[in-house]
Amino acid sequence: MITTSHYLILSTIILTIGIVGVLTRRNVLIVLMSIELIFNAVNINLVAFSKQLQNTIGQVFVVFVITVAAAEAAVGLGIVIALFRNKEKINLDEIDLLKW
Amino acid sequence: MPKEYIPILLFLLVAISVPVLGLLAGKVIRPGGFFFRASRNPAKLTPYECGVDTEGNARDRYGVRFYIISILFVVFDVETVFLFPWAIIYNKLALFGLIEMLIFLGFLIIGYIYVWQKGALEWV
Amino acid sequence: MSLEISYWAVIPEIVLSLAGIVIMLLAPIVEPESRGRLGYLAFIGTVLAGAATAPLWNKSMVAFNGMITVDNYGTFLRLIFILIAALSILLSVHFNRREEINHGEYFALILFATAGMSLMAAGTDLIIIFLGLEILSIATYVLAGFKRSDVKSNESSLKYFLLGSFSTAFLLYGIAFAYGATGSTNLQNIRQALGAATQGTRLLGPQTNTLLLLSLALLIAGFGFKVATVPFHIWTPDVYEGAPTPVTTFMAVGPKAAGFAAFLRLLLTAMPAYHWYWAGILWILAALTMTLGNVVALVQPNLKRMLAYSSIAHAGYILIGMAAGRELNASPILFYILAYTLMSVGAFAVVLTVSGKGDLRVNLDDYAGLGFQQPVLSFALSLCLLSLAGIPLTAGFMGKFYLFTTAVQAGYVGLVIIAALNSVVSVFYYVRPVIYMFMRESTSPAPEISVPVPVIITLIITTIGTLWLGIFPAGFIQLAKESLLALK
Repeated sequence: MITTSHYLILSTIILTIGIVGVLTRRNVLIVLMSIELIFNAVNINLVAFSKQLQNTIGQVFVVFVITVAAAEAAVGLGIVIALFRNKEKINLDEIDLLKW
Repeated sequence: MPKEYIPILLFLLVAISVPVLGLLAGKVIRPGGFFFRASRNPAKLTPYECGVDTEGNARDRYGVRFYIISILFVVFDVETVFLFPWAIIYNKLALFGLIEMLIFLGFLIIGYIYVWQKGALEWV
Repeated sequence: MSLEISYWAVIPEIVLSLAGIVIMLLAPIVEPESRGRLGYLAFIGTVLAGAATAPLWNKSMVAFNGMITVDNYGTFLRLIFILIAALSILLSVHFNRREEINHGEYFALILFATAGMSLMAAGTDLIIIFLGLEILSIATYVLAGFKRSDVKSNESSLKYFLLGSFSTAFLLYGIAFAYGATGSTNLQNIRQALGAATQGTRLLGPQTNTLLLLSLALLIAGFGFKVATVPFHIWTPDVYEGAPTPVTTFMAVGPKAAGFAAFLRLLLTAMPAYHWYWAGILWILAALTMTLGNVVALVQPNLKRMLAYSSIAHAGYILIGMAAGRELNASPILFYILAYTLMSVGAFAVVLTVSGKGDLRVNLDDYAGLGFQQPVLSFALSLCLLSLAGIPLTAGFMGKFYLFTTAVQAGYVGLVIIAALNSVVSVFYYVRPVIYMFMRESTSPAPEISVPVPVIITLIITTIGTLWLGIFPAGFIQLAKESLLALK
């Protein structure tokens, strides 16, 4: 029997992978993908809660999260392209004009 | 021996046999395999038998156009996600739902017109 | 099926979005040289939006099944946001011509971002708050990188985007947990569920409490990123420095105020039962934020960067109000946001004008002797900086005074002492440019500085506003109090 806890554990694992990805990978595109992973972890959470609570708010929310994630991905790609046109590289280590 | 494990055993057998059989079949019928000689037709040995020949390494830079197309695809593709829940309760929402959805689609069309005007749909 | 639809409740958003769409559609059609003029159209859009919002004052309604609530709190903030947008647009018109940013979309994005902020102020459902936040954020990511040929601007945009969406993910996780723990995303329903939970009849068994605390922590982290409180502030100076200056102006006041608006509503409406926890966390964040912002601002030679750190420090002051913010006590926050908006926009307007083409003159040395070459500009900058420092007779002083006294009444004496010490420290770096302008000889020949009409209008509005709020604050304090009465 798969319970809500299982979904939460799965979601936490995906969240962890995503966070580790954001913090350790240096390629912008992979960081972007890791962020998308976190969004999907949230989606799993929302759907699991929605099922457990027997109401649809969670599922409605998921639809919006998916859309927003797509919009963010689009904007992210656009920003990366703009940067690439000027700099010809997309490694975060080399993006250092402004001090952190 | 507990009977409950028999399905698992069967499942394992099937799982192992599928790739083994598949690879074996490939080995038997491919050119230069068990039945056919390799030299009969050199085109048979290329990765894609029909179509354009591959050129260069796959890990090359792609034209920036592809990114723009993919961005547009992602955005417009995902918007359809709203159509499914709407379609399911379409009867309940009736005319109101139809008008709301038309407004939503109107916004999408505005986006499309904008993209068009900007020339992002042309392949330069 | 009953649907509570009332389009009047979202009239500001409708007007802003429509104006944005019109500009977006006109942008590719209009001649490239005159695209900058679409800014005036955008300005008219904000005026219309303001006119549409004003009648909502003293009205209260709940629309869209409790997702949007019109109350004075929301209306007050919506009007502030529209003011911010209008001022940023005025500043942009000239700046974009100078920097050759000929894109009409720029103004559409400002309007969309404002619509997002406005949704955040009026939203009483986590879905709406999230959507508003994202509409705002996505538009500002793009705005930050609008100087496409400038690598600094690109970098600023990329950093803002990566850290921003990372923080949004945390915020979402927090929202998901809140939903899981209470079974609703509506703020009122969450409040009721929590009320039940604290009275011993738990909703979902013993894990409710842990889930909610986790959710609270994640929400604070998520909003903390947006309003740049200290452990989550790393992006701020870089992004502010790299972005085009009018966008920096917009970002330093708009998204910050919107973040605070939604955050305050969330905490006060949905989570009063957990006041003990969030007040404690906000106490620590406020102390850290003020101190770090002020101390690091001391050593910044770049004025844009200095103002960025100063904005962090001011977020710290506002956090005091949040920590102390139960019911009526939170009205100083609204007053402070208004005061901060005016003085900050004023300061940025001068920095933008002085910096010249390519944003080259932004260092302290460039301001030496400016007081003799540009007395009016220097006076405006001095007034705004002194107001930011909290010198009496300015908006900044009244804001701080009001904020600190209510915080003391609420029992946050320790925090107020830290804040007062911080204010003293801040005087050093705010007064330094003033000294440079009026007491130092210029080292280089006087630069050509043209002060265009829109900038003059902005400066008039901000300086008069700053003085007015400082000398006759009673009316606005009353307004802020009335706004908070609605938030229960």
